[in-house]
Amino acid sequence: MKKFSLGEFEEVVMLTVAVLHGNAYGVAIKKEIEERLSRKVSVGALQSALNRLEKKGYLLSKEGEQTQERAGRPKRYFEITAYGKMALEYTRNTRNNLWEDIPKIVLDLKFSK
Amino acid sequence: MKESKPPGFFLTVFKWFCRPDLHPYIEGDLLELYQDELKRSGRLGANLKIILDILMLFRPGIIKPITGFHQLNHYGMFKNYFKIGWRNLLKNKSYSVINIGGLAIGMSVAILIGLWVWDELSFNKNHDNYERIAQVMRSGSLNGTQFTYPYLPYALGEELQNAYHEDFKHIIVASLPSENLITKANEKLIRSGIFMQKGAAEMFSFDMISGTINGLEDLHSIFLSSSAALALFGDEDPIGQSLTLDNEMAVQVTGVYKDFPQNSRLYNIDFLAPWSLYLAKNPWIRDQGFMNNFLNIYVELKPGVSFHDASNHIQESLFNKVQDDPQMIKIHPLIHLHPMSKWHLYNEWENGKSTGGLIKFVWLFSLVGLFVLLLACINFMNLSTAFSEKRAKEVGVRKSVGSIRSQLIFQFYMESFLMVLVAFILAILLTLICLNWFNELSGKQLEMPWTNPHFWLGSLIFIAFTGFVSGSYPAFFLSAFNPVKALKGISPSGKKTVIPRRILVIIQFTVSVSLIIGTLVVFKQVQFVKDRPIGYSRDNLLMVRMTTEEFYTKFEALETELLNSGVVKVMSRSLSPVSAVWSSNGGFDWKGKDPDWQPEDFATLAVTPHYGKTVGWQFVAGRDFHPQLASDSTGFVINESAAKLMGFEDPVGERVSWSGTRKNHTIIGVIKDMIMSSPYATPMPTIFYQGDNLNWINIRLNPEVNTQTGLSKIESVFNKVLPAVPFKYKFADQEYAMKFIAEERIGNLSGVFTLLAIFISCLGLFGLASFVAEQRTKEIGIRKILGASTLKLWKLLSFDFIILVLISCFIAIPIAYYAMDNWLQSYEYRIHISWWIFGLSSLGAMIITLVTVSFQTIKSALMNPVQSLRSD
Repeated sequence: MKKFSLGEFEEVVMLTVAVLHGNAYGVAIKKEIEERLSRKVSVGALQSALNRLEKKGYLLSKEGEQTQERAGRPKRYFEITAYGKMALEYTRNTRNNLWEDIPKIVLDLKFSK
Repeated sequence: MKESKPPGFFLTVFKWFCRPDLHPYIEGDLLELYQDELKRSGRLGANLKIILDILMLFRPGIIKPITGFHQLNHYGMFKNYFKIGWRNLLKNKSYSVINIGGLAIGMSVAILIGLWVWDELSFNKNHDNYERIAQVMRSGSLNGTQFTYPYLPYALGEELQNAYHEDFKHIIVASLPSENLITKANEKLIRSGIFMQKGAAEMFSFDMISGTINGLEDLHSIFLSSSAALALFGDEDPIGQSLTLDNEMAVQVTGVYKDFPQNSRLYNIDFLAPWSLYLAKNPWIRDQGFMNNFLNIYVELKPGVSFHDASNHIQESLFNKVQDDPQMIKIHPLIHLHPMSKWHLYNEWENGKSTGGLIKFVWLFSLVGLFVLLLACINFMNLSTAFSEKRAKEVGVRKSVGSIRSQLIFQFYMESFLMVLVAFILAILLTLICLNWFNELSGKQLEMPWTNPHFWLGSLIFIAFTGFVSGSYPAFFLSAFNPVKALKGISPSGKKTVIPRRILVIIQFTVSVSLIIGTLVVFKQVQFVKDRPIGYSRDNLLMVRMTTEEFYTKFEALETELLNSGVVKVMSRSLSPVSAVWSSNGGFDWKGKDPDWQPEDFATLAVTPHYGKTVGWQFVAGRDFHPQLASDSTGFVINESAAKLMGFEDPVGERVSWSGTRKNHTIIGVIKDMIMSSPYATPMPTIFYQGDNLNWINIRLNPEVNTQTGLSKIESVFNKVLPAVPFKYKFADQEYAMKFIAEERIGNLSGVFTLLAIFISCLGLFGLASFVAEQRTKEIGIRKILGASTLKLWKLLSFDFIILVLISCFIAIPIAYYAMDNWLQSYEYRIHISWWIFGLSSLGAMIITLVTVSFQTIKSALMNPVQSLRSD
């Protein structure tokens, strides 16, 4: 059943939005991900992921304040919707189930290699 | 902080491609990052960073959609048009099916006929020199009428080559195509072929698979068609192999050419051999002079010479050579050229003029196809307009909401174009399904011309035309409504729209009734001719052509063996098969013959004494040849037409002299006319005599023996006596039936098309009837409440249609009579069109109409008035 479709990057973006609770706008999200995952995130990839997630109904956006360093451009803050939470939980559960169901021997072998 | 400005150009580019609703936020982010970067790695780094980021933003989610937010067109409305059009189709399902289905049927009929016509018109076009090849024809006058034949004397060919060659690239004498026996060691094959002079292969652009086009220089060479080569040699290389033609001409294969297609004059010609070989085998040809006509001559013009000029140059070429002969002065033979482009379609001659030929069927079927298509279009228009009135309210709403008229016009046009397009796709599918069957019916090998631009262009024009015509009424009439009136429910229909619709129905039924009459007449005519007394018995009559010399030397043995086998009742030989007249002669003289009378040709047929018994002719007076009576060897048996022509009261015993035999002959018997050539023509006056030009064996099977066993026994006798010749025979009844193929084909085709035409008309009528019934639902309800009976209502609703059909019958009858009378004129033996054909056709049309209409009218007459009055 493909109830919630969430890509790897999308999942990261959503979790970051949740982490940044109340302060999740483009640059903040970008910095947070870069810091935590130590990987480069381009504005384009991030923005299109945010849009996609909003379209799917996992995120909600609202206009925020305008600052000097943004040359008067407003920020766009994101927050997770209830539906988005369900999607995250679903993804997490499926991961957990998978982890639990791996026979011990497989992991042992893998690590012993 | 002046120098901290990011590169403006890239921001502009970004603004240009970015979705407008996202632009301010993303730009804000970019600028914020720019400031950060500026602090961290200076101006250059920050600039590079932002440029890279902007480039990375050029991705599907960010770029603004092509259609979108603030355009100045109404693409958005198109979606709505589609939706509404689709819903309308689904809402009136029966109407949509009738409308689109009818049009699709009409279109596929038109496509099939178009393919047929295209094929007819494309005859011989596969020859490269199509534009410049012609056949030489000879015409002359006999007793006030002109004849035209393609048969020419050999001397004329030489004369043209010597004295008239300046206009021509090639002048080629050719034998008439004939079946010849080809032998390779033990294998024997009978195939048609032609002997032609040098250059023929080049002129007719033979498509050589192996060997060169000039490979017929040698006397003993031959070209084979690829199918003949395959039959003889299989996988072997045919080039250089030796063959024997007719068991006497040794030849070597020097070339193999691709078989000619069905629409070529050279179709089924399986070998081409040099004329010089033919001449060497038949040396007598050289002594024939200008009087014996038994060859064809083909020419190819030099570039820049017109057929007309070349024709004029050679016009008197034959006459100049024969003008010493007093008979020839009367006949005055003239020579002219018959261009290749006219060979197939204009091959009938009357009084020296081309009177058409197959072209009349091309016209006929084009007309029929056009009519069927017209019917379908009329249906389409009628139904489209009728049902579009239901949409007056929609127009009212659209206008109130702000539609301008041009938008409505566009909407209705688009709908009708879409429907025509769907119908066209259906028509292509239908055509594909029917193509095999149609090929069988028409005796052709047609294919869908997927790659032919003309086909697509024609289809496109047709789609545009039909879509335009049928869409125009709703587009212009409906879009002009006053929205207030339309929404109030004031119906816009009135006399203005009903009358054109009625006229269209009348046109439809006029065409249908004419087609019914035409088909009936064709069938009657064919049946009439089929039932014609033919003067001999054609059942169990077998004909075998004596193809090789062996037939003549071993005939006696063959005859005894066959008669002893018990399966043959009687057999004889004759000059030509009973299904054709091959020889005709003048030069007869008799007592009381008008001296001014020009030498009219009699059909002459050399026979053996048992011929009459074999074919079963019927005597009117006198007796048959007697095999033992020596005096009968100069006896004549003539047919009734000949007796009438000679003008004898009692022909038996009269004496007739003939310059051909230089003898005096006595008429010993008169037989009923035998139908030997065309069954549609008056029989030729015919003379049967005992002569020695015997080419055919006629065999009457013993009626008590099963045909199959009889045939196999005969074959075994043939193989025993004549092992070198394959046994090939023809049945007289099958040959006779062949003469009807063309007419039967026309009958069948026109029958099918008529059925379709009627079907399409009925579809339209059905649709209209249901439309009218629906419009008058309330009226019928009220009438019922006031006491009208079902019968009365049925009459009320059907009457309108019956009147229309009656009017069409009155228009159709004279048109059909005129056309069919014209058609029948081309047959000498023909029916008279009797009034009952018209009566029957009209009655048929009427019944069909009533049945079609009644289904709807009875349904609405039976409806419960409570329901019909309650609804809205």
